[in-house]
Amino acid sequence: MTVGLEHYLTVSALLFGLGLYAVLTRRNAVALLMGVELILNAANLNFVAFARFVDGGVEGHIVAAFVIVLAAAEAAVALAIVLAMFRNFGTVNVDTVNRLKR
Amino acid sequence: MADHLLSWMTFAPVIGAAVIAGLPGRYKDFTKWIAAAATAVPLLLAVQLFLQFDRTTANMQFTEHYTWIKSFNIEYFLGVDGLSVPMVLLTALLSFLCIIASWRIEKAVKGYFSLFLLLEAGMMGVFCALDFFLFYVFWEVMLLPMYFLIGIWGGPRKEYAAIKFFLYTLAGSVLMLLAMIAFYYNVKDPVTGGHTFNMLHMMDQANHGGILALSNVRFVIWMGLFIGFAIKVPVFPFHTWLPDAHVEAPTAVSVILAGVLLKMGTYGLLRISYPMLPDQAVGFMVPMAILGAVNILYGAFCAMAQTDMKKLVAYSSVSHMGYVLLGMSAMNEAGINGAVLQMFNHGTITAMMFLCVGVIYDRAHHRDINGFGGLGLQLPVYTSVFSFALFAAVGLPGLSGFVSEAMVFIGAFPTHRTITIVSALGIVVGAAYVLWMLQRVFLGEKNAKYDSLPEISARELCTLVPIGIIVLVLGVYPMPVLDLMKVSLNHLIKVVAG
Amino acid sequence: MSEHAILLTALAILLLPLLSYAVLFFLGKKLPRQGDWLGTGLLGVAWLLSLRIFARFWAVGDPGLRIEGGVRWLDLGRFTADAGILVDGMTAVMLVVVTTVSFLVHLFSIGYMHGDRRYERFFAFLGFFTFSMLGIVLSNSLLFLYVFWELVGLASYLLIGFFFHKPSAAAANKKAFLTNRVGDFGFFLGILIFFTAYGTFNYFELFAAAHLDPLSGGLLTLAGVGLFMGCVGKSAQAPLHIWLPDAMEGPTPVSALIHAATMVAAGVYMVARLLPLFDPNALLVVAYVGAITAFLGATIAVVKTDIKKSLAYSTISQLGYMVMAMGVGVASAGMFHLWTHAFFKALLFLGSGSVIHAVHTQEMPLMGGLRRKMPITFWTFLIATLAISGVPFFSGFYSKDAILAGALAFGMTKTHYVPFLLALIAAGLTAFYMFRMVFLTFMGKPRDEERHHHAHESPWTMTAPLVTLAVLAVVSSGWRGPSEGWFSRFVAPYDMARIVAQAPGAPHADEVHAVPAAAHDEHALPQEPHGEPAHVEATHEAPAHGEAAHGDAHDAHVRHQAHLTAMVLSILVAGLGILVSWLTYVRGRISAPAVLARLPRVHHVLQNMYFFDEFYAATVYRFTLWFSWLNGAFDRLVIDGIVNGMGYLTRVLSWFAGLADRYVVDGLVNGVGAVIQGAGEGFRRVQTGRVQSYLAYACFSVLLLVFVFRAL
Repeated sequence: MTVGLEHYLTVSALLFGLGLYAVLTRRNAVALLMGVELILNAANLNFVAFARFVDGGVEGHIVAAFVIVLAAAEAAVALAIVLAMFRNFGTVNVDTVNRLKR
Repeated sequence: MADHLLSWMTFAPVIGAAVIAGLPGRYKDFTKWIAAAATAVPLLLAVQLFLQFDRTTANMQFTEHYTWIKSFNIEYFLGVDGLSVPMVLLTALLSFLCIIASWRIEKAVKGYFSLFLLLEAGMMGVFCALDFFLFYVFWEVMLLPMYFLIGIWGGPRKEYAAIKFFLYTLAGSVLMLLAMIAFYYNVKDPVTGGHTFNMLHMMDQANHGGILALSNVRFVIWMGLFIGFAIKVPVFPFHTWLPDAHVEAPTAVSVILAGVLLKMGTYGLLRISYPMLPDQAVGFMVPMAILGAVNILYGAFCAMAQTDMKKLVAYSSVSHMGYVLLGMSAMNEAGINGAVLQMFNHGTITAMMFLCVGVIYDRAHHRDINGFGGLGLQLPVYTSVFSFALFAAVGLPGLSGFVSEAMVFIGAFPTHRTITIVSALGIVVGAAYVLWMLQRVFLGEKNAKYDSLPEISARELCTLVPIGIIVLVLGVYPMPVLDLMKVSLNHLIKVVAG
Repeated sequence: MSEHAILLTALAILLLPLLSYAVLFFLGKKLPRQGDWLGTGLLGVAWLLSLRIFARFWAVGDPGLRIEGGVRWLDLGRFTADAGILVDGMTAVMLVVVTTVSFLVHLFSIGYMHGDRRYERFFAFLGFFTFSMLGIVLSNSLLFLYVFWELVGLASYLLIGFFFHKPSAAAANKKAFLTNRVGDFGFFLGILIFFTAYGTFNYFELFAAAHLDPLSGGLLTLAGVGLFMGCVGKSAQAPLHIWLPDAMEGPTPVSALIHAATMVAAGVYMVARLLPLFDPNALLVVAYVGAITAFLGATIAVVKTDIKKSLAYSTISQLGYMVMAMGVGVASAGMFHLWTHAFFKALLFLGSGSVIHAVHTQEMPLMGGLRRKMPITFWTFLIATLAISGVPFFSGFYSKDAILAGALAFGMTKTHYVPFLLALIAAGLTAFYMFRMVFLTFMGKPRDEERHHHAHESPWTMTAPLVTLAVLAVVSSGWRGPSEGWFSRFVAPYDMARIVAQAPGAPHADEVHAVPAAAHDEHALPQEPHGEPAHVEATHEAPAHGEAAHGDAHDAHVRHQAHLTAMVLSILVAGLGILVSWLTYVRGRISAPAVLARLPRVHHVLQNMYFFDEFYAATVYRFTLWFSWLNGAFDRLVIDGIVNGMGYLTRVLSWFAGLADRYVVDGLVNGVGAVIQGAGEGFRRVQTGRVQSYLAYACFSVLLLVFVFRAL
């Protein structure tokens, strides 16, 4: 059995689904971030896979590298927010931090 | 002031009303003096108008012509001719005297006098306006103060009377409004070619176009205008607002109502209906004469049945306005001049009668004819004055009512022979109800209840004597007023009847 | 006196009483003696001026001469009316009648009204009346005739109601005014017809126009009857005579002045003045009405016991004579009777006033035997009685005789004998009831000692007028009777040819202008020797001239015959009347109660004045009141009912409209709102504020869109 594009995409979809599931269901802000990371990596996998099997160029790889950098930056900022959140509210549960709504 | 005489006459009371409205309510006397001053100005200007009016021309005089609302060609257009000058004089005189007659008003003084002044402005405006829209505006302006004057300062059934008056008049206004719009869209301004509200243009048949060329439409418009004005006159069967309004209204308002407001109906007919729709006017002569006869006799008989003095006088107004209609229907010199003279004379004579009734009402607090008796011994001066007014109303020669009634009959007889003969019965019935009232109130044995009734006061005499002098002078020599109007009215006859 | 001076004098005569009125009305209370001297004095001046005009016309001796002057009163262009003064012989006569009687009544009132609380007002009203009456006499147009006609009505109203605190007086003056108004209605219509036809109010212009171009058909008759209605009202002719007896509620001097001598004669004057406007049919009506009235009045006067009421019916009867004279074609005789009657009837009234003043009652059964107590009153009263009864050598004889002669001639030429017969009976009755009055009042024994004891002769201001009038009652027909025809110097039939020639705009006015004076002299001269007024005047004065000229010789013969017959008959019936009266009330040969008991029906009818009042009360008054009640009720119930019904209907409709508004229109509006609100409520739930749910929606939406686009 040769590993083709379908397999990569299947893994990527699973990854995306897991990430999405985490994002939609988790109340913990850190868990949410992790879900976002999963989604981003699912996208990265797609870029690399399409670059390998369809395009043959390097643009997919470059974008994947770019996304990794962006994800690092995003994680840094988001974790800083989560830290500030924890400091102000004493919790990282996103549902309790709803002062704007009230 | 000389340049804008008519505007000053119309708006001086408005200024007065504004000043009064701005004044704190506790300065009651001051309020009255301001009101007197604000009505004295139009009166003085009316004297000037009387002196300067050119009696040799039928053209409009003292005209003021400005654009008001440009997009609809509405103009601020004032002017007077021989038809309106007597009415303007009457309005100015009666308004001033009514302020004096209202001196003892105590309830909401500020409101009363400011509304009264507004009323005068409306009346002046109606008689001076030469733009139909402006005419209509003034017509409505006058309505509102009247409503409040009856509705607030009136007698026991004031709300009923005020609403009846208001609704009746409003119904008339609506018909007039429709007619006005019909004219607006179908009369061409000869200069610009656009639509116009200018009455003088509307009077010129050459400018008529559109649906105004259809005689059926013209008849409908005529009827609309006629009913609108007939309500004001009031013509049988639209007259029942009048007795109620008179009975409930305070004295001065009754005076204005009978003295000036009723004239607006016939004024409107002569100013608007006749010259604008001359063909319809000629065609309507016989019905109008019949209505006049009905008014004369029906009003007189109804007056005879009354036991309330004010109601009697009110029905006598219905009767006397019938003479105006009869004269107008004659369509000749004696008839139309007589009709307009009768409008003026009825204004003065009825004013006297209402003022006299007010005098006794202030003292005895009722107006039941059968509740008096023998007042002639108790109040000789008052009796003389009231009898004077009553005999003027009977049409006694030497007093002004006779001249106009005789002219009306002389004019109407050749045109409507039978109707005139029937109407002439009114001189008998008219004498009957007046003398019967005179007998029951003033003659006979003195009613002991009224032993301490005070005689008429100097202030009250001041309101009555000037009118009395006018009635007497015009009865002996009516030309001063006839001179004012005859050229214009003769021109009108020429326009209408050819 | 130039024409101008005469006109100015006439104007002064007219205005002097007005001045008296104005001054006394406003200042009377402040003047010494309440100004009675002023009113009387001014009237005295007016009287002298009238005599001057009278003398002037006597000197000229031309009844056709007339002086007119006027000013434009109304001018509307085509429609004009003038106010003018006319002075001619007839005017001169009337001026003297009015001012004489008025002056004497003023004088009499100084005594009679003494101490009345409205003393000055009485003189003021007398002045006003005199002014108005002179206006009737002096005006030269129908319009102003009507004006003053109404003004005398007012004066009469004020004076009848002078004691207005008495309910009877208050009712009487209203009755007088209204009854007159009924007559004036017809009068005014007559004026309208003539003005409409000829476009002028001026008498003589109308005469000329009507002569040249008579109205066609019945219109002329109608107009004439209309004018005559005015006379019927004012001169108390049947059936409008009912107001005059009630008018006796006024003070007696008023009755003498207004309701005997002057105002009631105005109707007669009017018909005489306007005679050319009456056609033969109208004149026939006039003759019959006059004759019936003469008879009616005389019969009622016979049974009345109130001295003033009896005199009032006598006045009605005598006015009937005058009116009949107009109708039967002897207008000048009628005017002559007006002249003589004015003096003797005023005298009778003033004499009765003197009696009433003395005994304080008007009931003759309570008087009697006053002859010795009041000699002057008695003798003057007797003279007047002789005059009115038609005893020869007293003024009334000549005038009444002329009328009877005219009536007989009329009967012979036109075969209408009824007027003559009625008048003849009335003449006998007149003599009877007048002597009855004298006998009951002055002769015999006093029937009320108390009253008789207090009675005394009146002061000189009251007796002087009596004496003056008594002299006039004898001599007013001329010193030696009217045989020299002095009255025809003043009043004669209108000379139509002259009037037509003088009228402005008459055909060939320029050519004819010089002629009339000469032509008239020829015409007038032969009249003088002719003698008796009946001769001169009997020329039928109706506009039917061709007819008159036709049988001239025959008519003259008839008239001559009639005159003799009438004279003999009238002396006979007068003598008979006096004799019966004497037998009844002095000798007691005939018992009045017995006679009356024999004729209960007649007595009942006469006592109730032929039930005229009852008739009117049951018909005219009742109908009028009922009709006015009906109108009032109609107005209140039907017209106001419709108006209020409309109002009610509007309110009912508006209530329904309100319901519809609330449930239908508002229902719609609210429904939309509710839907939107419900939707919002639903969508609000979507908006949780939870980012994760949003994200979930977004994902599902994307999936949904994917499916949707896949399906496409």
